[in-house]
Amino acid sequence: MCLGIPGEVVALDIDRPGMATVSVAGARRQINVMLVEEERVQPGDWVLIHVGFALAKIDEEEARLTLSHLEEMGQAYRDELRAISQSRID
Amino acid sequence: MTERTEQDVLERIERARRRRPRVTDERITLSHGSGGRATHTLIDALFLEAFRNPFLEPLEDQAVFSVGGSRLAFTTDTYVVSPLFFPGGSIGDLAVNGTVNDLAVSGARPLYLSAGFVLEEGFPVSDLRRIVAAMAAAAERAGVQIVTGDTKVVQRGKADACFVNTAGIGVLERPVHLSVSTAHPGDAVIVSGPVGDHGITIMLARGELGIESDLRSDTAPLTELVGLLLDAAPQTRFIRDATRGGVATICNELAEASGVAVVLDEEEIPVRPEVRGASEILGIDPLYVACEGRFVAVVGGDEAGPAVEALRSHPDGGAAAVIGRIADDPPGLVLVKTGFGGMRIMDMLVGDPLPRIC
Amino acid sequence: MRFVDEFRDREKAQVLATRIAALCEPGRRYGLMEICGGHTHTIYKHGIEDYLPEAVQLVHGPGCPVCVIPMGRVDDAIWIAEQQGVTMTSFGDLLRVPGSRGSFLDATARGADIRMVYSPLDSLRIARDNPDRRVVFMAIGFETTSPSTAMTVLRAAAEGLENFSVFCNHVLIIPALQAILASPELHIDGFIGPGHVSTVIGCEPYRFIAEERGRPFVVAGFEPLDILQSIQMLLLQLREGRSEVENQYTRVVPWEGNQKALQAIDEVMEPRPTFEWRGLGWIPDSAMRIRERYARFDAERLFDIPATRVADPPACQCGEVLRGIIKPWECRVFGTACTPETPIGTCMVSSEGACAAYYNFGRFSRQRVRQATPA
Repeated sequence: MCLGIPGEVVALDIDRPGMATVSVAGARRQINVMLVEEERVQPGDWVLIHVGFALAKIDEEEARLTLSHLEEMGQAYRDELRAISQSRID
Repeated sequence: MTERTEQDVLERIERARRRRPRVTDERITLSHGSGGRATHTLIDALFLEAFRNPFLEPLEDQAVFSVGGSRLAFTTDTYVVSPLFFPGGSIGDLAVNGTVNDLAVSGARPLYLSAGFVLEEGFPVSDLRRIVAAMAAAAERAGVQIVTGDTKVVQRGKADACFVNTAGIGVLERPVHLSVSTAHPGDAVIVSGPVGDHGITIMLARGELGIESDLRSDTAPLTELVGLLLDAAPQTRFIRDATRGGVATICNELAEASGVAVVLDEEEIPVRPEVRGASEILGIDPLYVACEGRFVAVVGGDEAGPAVEALRSHPDGGAAAVIGRIADDPPGLVLVKTGFGGMRIMDMLVGDPLPRIC
Repeated sequence: MRFVDEFRDREKAQVLATRIAALCEPGRRYGLMEICGGHTHTIYKHGIEDYLPEAVQLVHGPGCPVCVIPMGRVDDAIWIAEQQGVTMTSFGDLLRVPGSRGSFLDATARGADIRMVYSPLDSLRIARDNPDRRVVFMAIGFETTSPSTAMTVLRAAAEGLENFSVFCNHVLIIPALQAILASPELHIDGFIGPGHVSTVIGCEPYRFIAEERGRPFVVAGFEPLDILQSIQMLLLQLREGRSEVENQYTRVVPWEGNQKALQAIDEVMEPRPTFEWRGLGWIPDSAMRIRERYARFDAERLFDIPATRVADPPACQCGEVLRGIIKPWECRVFGTACTPETPIGTCMVSSEGACAAYYNFGRFSRQRVRQATPA
């Protein structure tokens, strides 16, 4: 109900400015994009949708950074484990 | 006095849940039709209470009895779907396939159907023609004949367009005794295809939620798939078609009746992306959404592989999969191992997210 | 699904779980409060607590907008729905919330015209399509949702609709947080901040919690990895003796919030002097009402609502659950008299309510993972 989920903008509504078609894994809905007007969303952009409105444009670079930070954390962890197991062998 | 622990509370809850339900509502609400807990309470405490007999008590989707040396299966279902026509079919397709499937999942060969219509004054004859044509085509595809029927017309406003009831008879030629109460720890839970297609299609077809997709109802006869399953897995314990309340409801019925735990693996459950997407938008779980051409089956652990392989050889069974296992503990509960690695409970449906979907 | 699946990666979760465990000081217990109903839901649905050591306890706060609605307001809404010619529209979650004479669902069974909508825009469409009906939208939610209601009222005004109004029950998160902080019984070490409310209000409003009240505050996303990462960030702050506001949900939440959304709210709504919250009592300046200039869209002005105050049933302990003082299973009627099927209070009805989430998802004994290790 009060959910916010990421959706991909597939088309801007030419007849009704401020409305766009957004797809969530192929389920499509008309969404009001006036709250993210300044982001000038285009087809291909991703937005956070909540009760029929886009509240924010998803920053794909930030998403990538968050994940890569977690990946690095994971890598550091795996390195640590490897170092520990190697030191045991010695 | 000892402090109440979390474990004490959970045990008390389980005891409360095992008590016989009673109907305390004054009026019927939509929850009673959802296929979830309220429906079960109504059936158990009202209908079974009044009609009680050994054929009804197992509360399977069909009754099985012997007449003159033949084992017969008998079932009925009423169809109130709105809208009447939707991508992938119509109320006519559901009316034939639904009843055929309730027979097929007992291992019976469906033979004859009855068809009763309640029509609202003013209902277009052209729509009735379409529905009846769909029923004829579905009957032919399923290898059954509609041999008797009835039609009633009520005044405008007293019924919504068209309601259809079908009853069906089939013959059990295989020596199977499928039952919801015979699952054992170690058994495998199988689904015959992607879940939730029908329910989501209907919900979107109503147009009120403004969501569009390319989804179609999965309405189809299951007789051939059931045949393939029983050939490949003669130790099959149980098969049920996943209609109202979805896969989760069947698993709960299974857990309760067999006194076992059903442990599902979320990542293994086939769900189409659009079903997932629409469900995410609406905040519902595809496991509770109705199908009309899918079954859930419980087979012996070592028969799971051959069973799935056999199903996948059929055009309708391409996405068949083992979705879980039966365990002995905690009894009566359905657990889902999340893709994330955590574990959650999947209870009987409460309320009714999707009214009038079949 | 993009931006969802990647944030459900099990391996990264195990790494975070290890980090979290490593950040716990021996012998110390940590109480972290999550304030958003969406977080409660995710935590139980994905079994996130399985990744946390025993020392870290998650406390549920009053972040479920359905849960904090007092019974009296539900009764008022049902009263409106039962008026001649009214079509009430509401989010699905509210339909089974019990008022003193039953829920919306019970009212429908008695003949009221109540329809479920996904968006207030759908309610507007119903009003357009049915000029002979008085269509009312039951507006609830924190700041995440109020902009949508506001934009819908603006749309209705632009179209000159005469049969549409809003029964406004929007509430504000900061007063709720202040009420929580004022509770002497609570021992909260840090907050998992509401990600979607923050897309609207930004991260600045939480400063006082970190700076004046000394509690770390991390604005968190809603996928399992977001929540685990936020917990890790909170524990890191605690370990390093910092208390700051941090944004974990950077892919969605702008630090300054959404100005357009705030402007829309301000154009259409104003704070009420006071509002009753289930469990928290009357809180000043904690909720919104429709401004005078949009009076024709305000159901409270158009209808002569009884506005009766209804006390919670004596057995109901929703208030204590909402304040985080007791856990759902500690409520004396949890799971026995109060179940999702026969709810006594809101916490058991809303899909974001702590009791519903625990009952539906978490209700069995599990072993707490002390330290996650890779398989």
